[in-house]
Amino acid sequence: MLRGGGWRPGARWARVEGADARPRDRRAGRVSEAAPHPVKAMPPDEGRTPVRDPRATPPSASPPWKGGAGGGSADSSPSARLRADPPPTPSLPGRGAVPRITSLQSGNALIIAAACPAARALGLAPGMAVTQARALVPGLDIRPADPEGDRAALLRLAMLAARRWCPVVMPSGDDGLFLDISGTAHLFGGEARMARRIVALLKRHGFTARVAVADTPGAAWALARYAPQICPPGAHPDALAPLPTAALRLEPRARDVLKRLGIETIGQLAAVPRAPLARRFGSTLIARLDQASGRLAEPLDPVIPPEAIGVVQRFAEPIATAEAIAHWLGVLMPRLVTALAEAGLGARVIDLVADRIDGVPQRLRIGLARPTRDGAHLLRLIVRRIEEIAPGYGIDALALHVRRADPLGAEPFAETLEDRPPDLAPLIDTLANRIGISALWRSVPVESDVPERSVAAAPPLDPPPRAAPKSKPDDVRQLDRSRPLHPWDARWPRPVRLLRRPELLDHVLAELPDQPPKRFTWRGMAHRVVRADGPERILGEWWKRGTERHSVRDYFQVEDDAGQRFWLFRRGDGERGETGDLAWFMHGSFG
Amino acid sequence: MRVVAVSCPAIPSSAIIAELRESLKKVEGDGLRRRPVLPFGIGAIDEKLAPGGLRLDSLHEIAAASAAPSDDAAATLFMAGIAARAWGPVLWVVRRRDLFAPGLYQAGLAPERLIYAEAADDAELLALMEEGLRHRGLGAVVGEVKRAAMPNTRRLQLAAEGGKTIALLLKRHARAATDKGGGNPLAVPSAAVTRWRIAAAPSAPLPVGAAGVGRARWQVELVRQRGGEPADWTMEACDETGRLALPARLADRTAGAGRAYRHAA
Repeated sequence: MLRGGGWRPGARWARVEGADARPRDRRAGRVSEAAPHPVKAMPPDEGRTPVRDPRATPPSASPPWKGGAGGGSADSSPSARLRADPPPTPSLPGRGAVPRITSLQSGNALIIAAACPAARALGLAPGMAVTQARALVPGLDIRPADPEGDRAALLRLAMLAARRWCPVVMPSGDDGLFLDISGTAHLFGGEARMARRIVALLKRHGFTARVAVADTPGAAWALARYAPQICPPGAHPDALAPLPTAALRLEPRARDVLKRLGIETIGQLAAVPRAPLARRFGSTLIARLDQASGRLAEPLDPVIPPEAIGVVQRFAEPIATAEAIAHWLGVLMPRLVTALAEAGLGARVIDLVADRIDGVPQRLRIGLARPTRDGAHLLRLIVRRIEEIAPGYGIDALALHVRRADPLGAEPFAETLEDRPPDLAPLIDTLANRIGISALWRSVPVESDVPERSVAAAPPLDPPPRAAPKSKPDDVRQLDRSRPLHPWDARWPRPVRLLRRPELLDHVLAELPDQPPKRFTWRGMAHRVVRADGPERILGEWWKRGTERHSVRDYFQVEDDAGQRFWLFRRGDGERGETGDLAWFMHGSFG
Repeated sequence: MRVVAVSCPAIPSSAIIAELRESLKKVEGDGLRRRPVLPFGIGAIDEKLAPGGLRLDSLHEIAAASAAPSDDAAATLFMAGIAARAWGPVLWVVRRRDLFAPGLYQAGLAPERLIYAEAADDAELLALMEEGLRHRGLGAVVGEVKRAAMPNTRRLQLAAEGGKTIALLLKRHARAATDKGGGNPLAVPSAAVTRWRIAAAPSAPLPVGAAGVGRARWQVELVRQRGGEPADWTMEACDETGRLALPARLADRTAGAGRAYRHAA
């Protein structure tokens, strides 16, 4: 092995690294040739299934918050007591061994968006090039970053906090939340206890969090990131003084200039005369300083958790007849539609709950294929199913609850003006509420030669347009001016009904290797073949299942003497035993 | 009612009778000729059909000549071809999920136009078809039943009237011949406007020396139609746009004219 050449570092590396990561051969077709096939190297992050998980963001190096300096004192400060914690830096339990980073495309370069503590300990930091990181740390776990997903997760967390802890919650940046806990801390046993509970809750959800409580949002932001603590009322100027100026949410440029001027901490900055500062840095720096100290108000823009939409009608006398229920539904539905229109929503799932006087609620659920607030359509769907309600001794309340809603803006009247295809959504709703949405589907083509896999089911509404694959400007395939071929092109005839599983044929008389059968017996009936087309050879999709690596099906279209046309196939190519056992199967009939 | 009110005068004059005829015509909608039809585009078939094609606003029944899978596939493709030539989206209500969408695509029915629904039994299937017909936004509604009694087909026909949605009902053969009529699905009385029986026939012969299957042929039999005579033809199967064709010899073409041999290549 070392003949003549001596030791080459690349060769050994390739032997160790490449052997297990790549498939030994990547050949679709004939496997009998024993020649090794050159394998094109693949970057590890492309060969892997992309994982889209907001929690995959690695945790930043963040010490868990420790119990602060005693409970909050009586709050007489007029400014709000605020806290900021940077929660969305989640950790994955039990995965500390492999250093992990997330990568983000920035211009032409792939840079690190976030790095887990293990990766940081190895010297990787956000902002570095991923190629450099890969060179520094072999075996690095690199996942694509998902900034939108992270932001959505932070918003969900803000909703949770707004429902659970206090009414005014605002996301701050990409990694923090402001909670205005004025007047709510005592409900959770004081500020320190509340902070501990919040950290514990976030930990249960997989986030590492740091919490600080202070009088102003600016001070809470700075303390949460640089010195997590519970700052007693009025003490925040002293707490902020030793912190670096970066804790003031400054621009990087302003930070650099301050550094050059020798101003390192907030305390030093506060001691500088304000007028020269404002002249040099503009009003932003002064505003940030004032926001931190409380001289300038910083109102929060709270997230508003969506409220469930529902309407209720109670009756003095219980109702029991279908007519009465239909009447009251007709009264309730316009109210529900108005509520939906005010919220700018369209209903996707609506529950009708009829409270019976014996306390057994009757529920009906209607689903909608597309968000809608068309009262007449909704009413038609519900009234059709009134008979499913068992009124018992009577119903004393009817309620309509919107279980799922999607945004629905104003709709134009354009349908009546121009000639456009009619909307199928009402029909789909009607059918889906009768047989269930799973019994309605649309088939979409799949690029696969194996007949069973060439069709996939899709939701019945809004078929996605077949997007042409984007090609680069210098792609040679652009020279091909012919029409793109549909995966189901008629040049490869397919039967109109496919047997659920191919049926074995008996008494097949056929010449090897590639002649159609002369006669066969199927379901006890003997057929004599007079005409045939084929074979159409379909190879197993080795990249989907390892057992299909060698398998071959040879399909024939045959016609018997009675004029019946069939689609048969033989397992195996008739030459090599590993491709199949030469059994014949029926797979469908042509018309 | 209006007719009665106008005809009150004791002495009817020819002008009044003409007026009455005019208003009657308006009420009745001028017979069958004004209704929208879907022609096959083949003179030999269209001239035998009373309205000059398949009426769009009505129910048509199709059955395979036997329970053999080839005949069943031929009947299915015959329906798929008609649905493919209709104008809009198509609802196909099935009992079993055994349709193969590539086969339908090759009869001209693109997957973008086709919505499938699976019904648990025949009654539900007919109800779903009726919903589809009453929606008025579909080009065709196709259903596959084992049996549908006269009232069911009457309902479908009533639901179809007034719209532009063609209703196609495939009557499949029951497994055992327990049906009234000994296994012939068309023996049950029905309100359908036309009733067809389709069988697979030996394919178009290829030039001497060429091995292979030519374009498929069907034995198409118009068993009954309202206002017309039954008829039967041997047709060439649907092409990629859902159009049938007459075999070359019948259409006075020479054997080498090519159309029949498209599949020979």
